[in-house]
Amino acid sequence: MSAPLIEVRGAGFSYGEQAVFSGVDLEVYSGEVLTILGPNGCGKSTLLRCIGGGLALDQGAVRFENIDLSALDARARARKIALLFQDHTPSFPFPVLDVVSMGRTPYLSAFGAPSAQDMHIAEEALEQVGMSHVKKRPYTELSGGERQLVLLARTLAQQPAVILLDEPTAHLDFKNQVRSLQQIGALAERGVTMVMTTHDPNQAFLFPGRAALMRPGGSLSVGPPSEVITNESLSAAYGIAVAVLSIERRDSGELKFCTPWYNWPRSQ
Amino acid sequence: MIKPRIVALMILLPLATLYVSLFIGRFAVHPGEVAHILLGQFVPIPRDWPASVETIVLQIRLPRAILAMFVGAGLAVSGAAYQGMFRNPLVSTDILGVTAASGFGAAVALLLSKNAIALQIIAFAFGLAGVGLTYLLARVYRSTPVLMLVLSGVVVAAFFSALLSGAKYVADPESKLPAITYWLLGSLNAASVNSLKMALPPIIAGSIGLLCMRWMINVLSLGDEEARSLGVRTEWLKGGIIVCTTLITAAAVSVCGIVGWVGLVIPHVGRMLVGPDHRALLPASLSIGATYLLCIDDIARTASASEIPLGILTAMIGAPFFAVLLRKTRGSWQ
Repeated sequence: MSAPLIEVRGAGFSYGEQAVFSGVDLEVYSGEVLTILGPNGCGKSTLLRCIGGGLALDQGAVRFENIDLSALDARARARKIALLFQDHTPSFPFPVLDVVSMGRTPYLSAFGAPSAQDMHIAEEALEQVGMSHVKKRPYTELSGGERQLVLLARTLAQQPAVILLDEPTAHLDFKNQVRSLQQIGALAERGVTMVMTTHDPNQAFLFPGRAALMRPGGSLSVGPPSEVITNESLSAAYGIAVAVLSIERRDSGELKFCTPWYNWPRSQ
Repeated sequence: MIKPRIVALMILLPLATLYVSLFIGRFAVHPGEVAHILLGQFVPIPRDWPASVETIVLQIRLPRAILAMFVGAGLAVSGAAYQGMFRNPLVSTDILGVTAASGFGAAVALLLSKNAIALQIIAFAFGLAGVGLTYLLARVYRSTPVLMLVLSGVVVAAFFSALLSGAKYVADPESKLPAITYWLLGSLNAASVNSLKMALPPIIAGSIGLLCMRWMINVLSLGDEEARSLGVRTEWLKGGIIVCTTLITAAAVSVCGIVGWVGLVIPHVGRMLVGPDHRALLPASLSIGATYLLCIDDIARTASASEIPLGILTAMIGAPFFAVLLRKTRGSWQ
């Protein structure tokens, strides 16, 4: 395999006295979708924010194409790494296209504003996620699913080398989850490198790439999804009984999925 | 993007109000005469007006009107920038304690019987110092979270308010106390060419600074971490906004006392007219703020036999106006 795009080495982070994770090693290769799974509070979102530069590591380093990320300023980093946030609080009712054009900020000077060319790039990004029809609407009026796609378009307008997605399907209903995942899958098809955290182990089977199962404290097992996500590993990580099943699909081979075993006490 | 009609209105309205302000007053001057006097400054025309009228228009009313416009514009644009930065519609220019600190500085100057220029310098310096204190207090882990800024501002404002009360308590109730009280209510009647020289440079510099940052304020309004992930150096940007608004507000308070409500209300009016985009909102706030405070000051100096303090009028007109606005928009940003 070629040299990794992102290398996390010996990463540790703590909020004050409380260590979230330590000694994390992880590589992200160009063109893959790396899915990070793990129970609540294991630190996967924190790890993602450290890679994105929103939080600073206490130990270790994140290297991007062999450059230490902490040596880059916010602008240079934002040209390489874009982050789709899990909790986005809308502020003002800006038009959708203006929100997408904010993805061009890393290419502007400190006193600049998007040019006609930047707006063109923003329109193309909106087109790619199939949301051009709402470009003039105030984005505060969009549904959660639509807003998520608009924010995904903003990360595309950033033209980064890698997109970090922090639980992109959280807060979305069933249909919008599928819609978001389809867009992410379409980007993966085009070779966009992505790192995604998720609560749903099934999502790791969807995309070409590897899965990482994170346990509290930061110990990771990384590999092909079918090796990382097994009955035993999931049951151990989440402390519940889980079965990983597979069905044959006529056109595209095997589809894997997992489900918990529900086992509630019978009333006597 | 913005309708040309609105742009034209934004340019013409302050100028028209300025013209009107020059001929209304206790000493009525004919509008045509004002036009002649103004024209006479640039082209040689026969001087068919009394010298006393020219003095009233050019030496008294014009500096006062210009000061009103710059103070109104500056406070409004500062309020708009702060509301974007703090993502909060209730934020005004005094959120970081500049007004309370300046007010205390002015009270000290009045206690010490300093002249007008010294008072303005002391009030301005205290305003800057107050915000500097807030900023230092809010600094944690090499960053200044917005919540920390707001809370530190509350602390610093409360502290300087207490000092101000102390200054009032020790002030001579026959002479000093009324002077302090009257000064705090705000007034433009001390406006002169000198106070223009004192107040305009910081107000202009601060306003230009904010206008330069107006796109970045849009991005900053997404929140600190998100703005950072989009490549904004948030600490520099927030620092820049704070410096600019503090220059403006401290200069405004130091020449005309405490004029509340302009920085709170005008940005909302601006958003109704041109939308939330700070690229349009900041210039609009400048224009509306200038017009608004000039109108208020015209009322202040003409409505009754003695002048009505500005702070009373801006609150008496601003509060009901804001109430109507709140009902109309039901608290949403538009």
